[in-house]
Amino acid sequence: MNVLEFSLIVWAGSLIAGFLGALTGLGGGVVLVPMLTLLLGVDIRYAIGASLVSVIATSSGAAAAYVKEGFSNIRIGMFLEVATTIGALVGATLATHVSGGAIATVFGLVLIGSAYLSRKPRSKEEREAPQDPLATKLRLNGSFPDAEGLREYNVQHVPAGWSLMFVAGALSGLLGIGSGAMKVLAMDRAMKIPFKVSTTTSNFMIGVTAAASAGIYFSRGYIDPALSMPVMLGVLGGSLLGTRVLVKAETKWLRRVFSLVIVALGIEMLYKGLSGKI
Amino acid sequence: MSTDRSWNDRKMDIFIGDLLRAGVLSSALVVLVGAIIYLVGNGRSPADYRLFHSEPSDFRTVRGVLRDAIALRGRGIIQLGLLLLIATPVARVAFSIFGFARERDHLYAIVAAIVLLILVYALVFS
Repeated sequence: MNVLEFSLIVWAGSLIAGFLGALTGLGGGVVLVPMLTLLLGVDIRYAIGASLVSVIATSSGAAAAYVKEGFSNIRIGMFLEVATTIGALVGATLATHVSGGAIATVFGLVLIGSAYLSRKPRSKEEREAPQDPLATKLRLNGSFPDAEGLREYNVQHVPAGWSLMFVAGALSGLLGIGSGAMKVLAMDRAMKIPFKVSTTTSNFMIGVTAAASAGIYFSRGYIDPALSMPVMLGVLGGSLLGTRVLVKAETKWLRRVFSLVIVALGIEMLYKGLSGKI
Repeated sequence: MSTDRSWNDRKMDIFIGDLLRAGVLSSALVVLVGAIIYLVGNGRSPADYRLFHSEPSDFRTVRGVLRDAIALRGRGIIQLGLLLLIATPVARVAFSIFGFARERDHLYAIVAAIVLLILVYALVFS
């Protein structure tokens, strides 16, 4: 295989990963790293470095559209980014010290967990929560455009949400994924933030979190231009395509198929990681 | 409160949206230019991606990347594009400090400054 062929294969695979990731809302990173390590035999740390770069590209691209619509809450995002970036520093530093097998094992568990989470229904839209003193002091409460005008919401359980965000950041730095599912879990379930605000704010935070990890991967020499180039261009193109199709497509069965693929990859990563083959 | 009326959360949202889009587009363009130069020059050489050695210092320091990019080496230009991409969310946070300060929201100007410090630490001092 020469460089041109390798680049084209990685580009095509990344295009599909980005496309499916955007279409199902699960992100391209979760299938990208397994694809590069299991199918092409790329060293897992370089795969993670390339994945992080693509995560920044897709989340920034999507966030650009969402902030203009007025759904994401920049104060919630900024406040929680303190947790995710510190977590990312810890995760990325850890990744440069532990074995590839250990990373693959954690990756497998997270894949299976995120497939499970994606099957659970979202929480109820209607919420009448009282004002939480800490959230009010931090000015986290906000409003978002709704069919009947602006709807207000009150943020709850700030310390629990912050801690979950730290873990989400650490996983992002360790595995090179956006950890979008966990960020939404922290905001939607723990902090009782409306689902639409949670998902768009999460998207907004993913780029900053990944930038913290990518900084460490870059200075440790795990961001390879020849590998990251086809990955970034492929995932970005695929996700742009995915968001175009998203409006029309019936995504329910697609989410199911994609969840099965993720579980299969998770089991494979777990096996390879535990048996020391990565 | 006597906040600046011409400057509010909505404007900040819109500016941040434009900033993010411009960052992603320009970095993708730089990567694409680098990709073409790299593939034209090295496309036929054998690819071995199974085992990496840590990147040469050309690709892991900002100075090294700039030197390679100015010399119009394909991989140097790609790496410059990737650095631009990593810098995009960092620029967003840096701009937020300014935006919150103009809204007289000192608490969030400080929060944004903390996030910026963590990001700079990761990129420069780790």
